[in-house]
Amino acid sequence: MEGRGPPRREVVIPGDLLDGHGLKPGSGTFNEGGHIYAARVGIRSDKDGYVDVIPLGGVYIPKARDVVIGKVTDCGPSHWLIDINSPYPAPLHATETPWMVEFGDTERYLQVGDAIVAEVLSVDETKHVQLSMADRQFGRVTGGQIVEMSHAKIPRLIGRQGSMVGMIRDFTRVRMFVGQNGQVWLDGDPEDVRHTVHVIRMIDEQAPLTGLTDTVRAYLEGVYGRRAAQPAESEESDGGY
Amino acid sequence: MEDIEHIPKELKLIDENGIRLDGRRFDELRPIKIEAGVLKRADGSAYLEWGNNKVLAAVYGPREAHPRHMQNPTRALVQCRYNMAPFSVTDRKRPGPDRRSVEISKVISEAFAAVVFAEQFPRTSVDIFIEVLQADAGTRCAGLTAASVALADAGIPMRDLVTSCASGKIGGVVALDLNKDEDNFGEADCPMAIVPRTGEIVLLQMDGHLSYEEFNQAMDLSIGATHKIYEIQRDALRRRYATAAEEAAAEPPVAPPPPPPSMAPDVMREVDDL
Repeated sequence: MEGRGPPRREVVIPGDLLDGHGLKPGSGTFNEGGHIYAARVGIRSDKDGYVDVIPLGGVYIPKARDVVIGKVTDCGPSHWLIDINSPYPAPLHATETPWMVEFGDTERYLQVGDAIVAEVLSVDETKHVQLSMADRQFGRVTGGQIVEMSHAKIPRLIGRQGSMVGMIRDFTRVRMFVGQNGQVWLDGDPEDVRHTVHVIRMIDEQAPLTGLTDTVRAYLEGVYGRRAAQPAESEESDGGY
Repeated sequence: MEDIEHIPKELKLIDENGIRLDGRRFDELRPIKIEAGVLKRADGSAYLEWGNNKVLAAVYGPREAHPRHMQNPTRALVQCRYNMAPFSVTDRKRPGPDRRSVEISKVISEAFAAVVFAEQFPRTSVDIFIEVLQADAGTRCAGLTAASVALADAGIPMRDLVTSCASGKIGGVVALDLNKDEDNFGEADCPMAIVPRTGEIVLLQMDGHLSYEEFNQAMDLSIGATHKIYEIQRDALRRRYATAAEEAAAEPPVAPPPPPPSMAPDVMREVDDL
């Protein structure tokens, strides 16, 4: 989905005809009268026999197994409501946490305003979302800061097999966790965090362009000098990517 | 009001050479200019100038629909608010919704409901806000045309852009895109909106009287004009998404100046934004 893969990087607009060579309609497109059209503003990508439109904007719609960073907005007797930056509020049930939560005792574990890393457990056809924090890599976020970017550009921030995040980590040595909902958690030396935020802004703005990795590398080398790639610290979580 | 009662008898809206008050021919549009993505806080936005009309459109959503009982478990609501600024007309307009703006909001939201893929976002609402900053007849067409660009800018999936235009009758001649004087003193005004790719009509209204032949002429004029407006809309969107990325790339990848050491990380983010 990301990188220089697709041979054509053309910006399409809703209603644009995307026909060609027996391709099938993929995401962000629709079929009408045997022709394929773009449904949203984005970049055309022909891949594996499908035409997709990679969105350039829009809201985050949760998918099952997405890893997200959210904020607690409400506490119920046996669940919390989490804002995951999408149109749908996401409840996190007390049984989906690593703790033994007594009924009515939710506030002892997570309070309104806390940030958490969790996984989207399920999304049904009416978009009722359920979150889960049961896995070991999830939990409450302590320290650091959360930076927001367009969720559509998260794949660019991650890069192929995590190449972009890996590179940023190697240079800045900032602890970083990328949520699919466009929230990025950062922690480290303030100066390093500042450069990382700048890089995230760069990626957010220049996502449609090719050669983004080189631009980011040039920036980081400008700041840190040429630095040999070092193995990431063991405590850094890679967000499952 | 009594002042202008006698004007129509003296005023010639279109002269014997077929030239209108503002120098246009019967089939000419006023100049149109659209810019997409002008507001930072809205999910999508557009600013449009259509002759002397100035319109700002903003789109939010899909977002949680409130109040909850309005939510539809199968699809998104498409809601629209058309509003005229008090200073948009010569006599100050009393602020707030009135009979006219409620009607226009309704017909515009219905026009967009026909193209938005609402079933992809159950239980949400897509909110469209149209603010008329300066009015010179044809503001609903201008607002709809701008809102359509804003909707695409917000990344909302839809079947096509919606394009709108009006035609009317002035001095016995069917003419395209009436301005304020022509609208006030002409015989009829007929706004319409179309899905250009399929030719579906999603809005059609008429004020005044047109014969069947005149109506057909007016529609032909409007439909012809919408193709031009459609290109202007698409161009605005393409410009927005081509230039945003290129401008960002043009900046040399140099380090930003270091902030004073006393600043908290959160403040630094603001500094980076500047």
